[in-house]
Amino acid sequence: MHLKYESTLREPLVDGVKNYHQVTEDIISPIEGKPGKLWYIGFFISLSLLLFGVCSVTWEVYYGTGVWNLNKTIGWGWDITNFVWWVGIGHAGTLISAILLLFRQGWRTGVNRAAEAMTIFAVMCAGQFPIFHMGRVWMAFFVLPYPNTRGPLWVNFNSPLLWDVFAISTYFTVSLLFWYSGLIPDFATVRDRAKTKLRKLLYGIASFGWTGSTKHWQRHEALSLVLAGLSTPLVLSVHTIVSFDFATSVIPGWHTTIFPPYFVAGAIFSGFAMVQTLLIIVRKVLHLEDYITIGHMEAMNKVIVLTGSVVGCAYLTELFMAWYAAVPYEFATFYKYRAAGPLGWSYWIMMTCNVITPQVFWFSKMRRNVLVTFVMSIIVNIGMWFERFVIICTSLYRDYLPSSWAYYRPSWPEVGFYMGTFGLFFTCFFLFAKYFPVIAVAEIKHVLKTSGESFKNQMEKYEQQPADEFAKDQHHEDEHHHDPHVAPVHQS
Amino acid sequence: MAVKNFVVASFDDEAVLFPAVKKVRTAGYKIHDVYTPFPVHGLDHAMGLRETSLHTAGFVYGITGTTTALSCMSWIFTTDWPMNIGGKPHFPLPAFIPITFELTVLFSAVGMVLTFCYLCQLAPFVKKHIFHPRQTDDLFVMAIEVTAKTNAEELKKFLAGIGGTQINEQRAEAGWWYGRFDREDRLFENKRPEPVNA
Repeated sequence: MHLKYESTLREPLVDGVKNYHQVTEDIISPIEGKPGKLWYIGFFISLSLLLFGVCSVTWEVYYGTGVWNLNKTIGWGWDITNFVWWVGIGHAGTLISAILLLFRQGWRTGVNRAAEAMTIFAVMCAGQFPIFHMGRVWMAFFVLPYPNTRGPLWVNFNSPLLWDVFAISTYFTVSLLFWYSGLIPDFATVRDRAKTKLRKLLYGIASFGWTGSTKHWQRHEALSLVLAGLSTPLVLSVHTIVSFDFATSVIPGWHTTIFPPYFVAGAIFSGFAMVQTLLIIVRKVLHLEDYITIGHMEAMNKVIVLTGSVVGCAYLTELFMAWYAAVPYEFATFYKYRAAGPLGWSYWIMMTCNVITPQVFWFSKMRRNVLVTFVMSIIVNIGMWFERFVIICTSLYRDYLPSSWAYYRPSWPEVGFYMGTFGLFFTCFFLFAKYFPVIAVAEIKHVLKTSGESFKNQMEKYEQQPADEFAKDQHHEDEHHHDPHVAPVHQS
Repeated sequence: MAVKNFVVASFDDEAVLFPAVKKVRTAGYKIHDVYTPFPVHGLDHAMGLRETSLHTAGFVYGITGTTTALSCMSWIFTTDWPMNIGGKPHFPLPAFIPITFELTVLFSAVGMVLTFCYLCQLAPFVKKHIFHPRQTDDLFVMAIEVTAKTNAEELKKFLAGIGGTQINEQRAEAGWWYGRFDREDRLFENKRPEPVNA
């Protein structure tokens, strides 16, 4: 048993004077109240977008993929662009909850629950696109390898498209399990303070009968740690495999070995941007500024500027390799049809939004500004959508045979489908924000005494002490005397 | 499981809880469980619980996933239906890596979560006795089993002396039962005779 002590120089993760009960009160009470007017407006807008999406998809299923403006040259358009974009957004949650847990980044506790929820909803949206791109969507189960009456004819395990099936479904399942196992104790908290019968019933079911037993917590901790360890390579593998969809083909502009790290960096970049967009609204609406602090936003902005610059380096590397490799097709794709050509404008939107504008985050003042962060988070996501559009469409629209060259703009069912996934995403997110604890209550309580503002202030007297004296005192305190107000938190 | 009698004490800070756990154990009382609103590190050791083996289970599940993926794919591609895909080898090991990896993670994660739920007996519609409604909020609640040898009154005084508050005696089912939290149902309540030891 030894002491965990955090310097007061480190910014507190929980602002204000809080005790454990206050934490519960702050995070759970929005669930217990009636939703506000804004919530209803937002929810119904999302729901109507979702309905519009359902109509667009129904249209597409009824008439076939021909209603999309895809043609023989441009076989992948908005749908696969949106697929990759949503999957990318779905990377931040698991990154925050898994990789940052392993790296012991304390600030993840404030944002991980909402980010994980966002991940799950984003992956749900992403999954729609390849499924409905199949056209005969009732045959979608053909992608699963199972003993069948067609031979049995198996799926092609060499195909990156099949790897995607496994990667996305595994990622969704594992993220869901990770998220839900963290939610169980918090649902129990909601259940035990519930006043109405319905709430007791529903949260009672959702909490699986959790009691907070020490043995259960011990297993829960072990489970979280191993799931984090598993999710870390998983989150990197998912976008790596998505990038294989392109990289293993022989299309100029796709056939590059830089794709896996470049896609992963881009995914983290856009994922954090989406987390920022959502959390800036959530912290304001639910009054959670004490838990999702400016410090949290700054930390995420640092990740954004880092990954944005990695993505920028990847763009430049691609340009360099296109010249250095001396392959005329590769050169033409990058210099004639991406940076210039009829779709050249999309390339420059991508460059501006992803590489140039995020550089403002080198300045601490910008990183800590809520409005700048909010605007930037939207710019980044526009940029990342265009990145996928550029990769897919500007590589395809000028192929090896000039007579098949084409231009591409989406038809209404394609746009509707995309808007429908926004509807799905925000419908889910609104429900989540209303009925789920948006911040991991138990985890916040766990770090409260080391990283809460009021507790950190009590540490000031230790800051003045010489180190060996401090160590001696603490040892003494540990053995004989326990002052409940000073909080020497015990660690195994 | 069985209906038992418990003496229940609440502690409002882990700094009070830790020495209390130590004293209770030294005094020879049997701690049924300590319920905490969040994982308190070191409490499991203080209570003398053994380390969990859930990690090992996760490893075994992972290995199962790896084996399943590799053996299925190689059997399918070399024995069941050796398909010629662009003249590529029937056993392309590098191409099997992604799916093998994904199944390893999937098996391990799903297996571990199910094992966790099984070990902790967690499932929808499972109901357990909650000793104090604030044990999931801000109190650290210690339940001590009253056995034939225990003097409940003495124990209550002892707990009060080491910082316990809201000390009371409860008769409760120690395990779980099917039930709903919006109803006051207790398992076996009217079916079993009162044990004589209380």
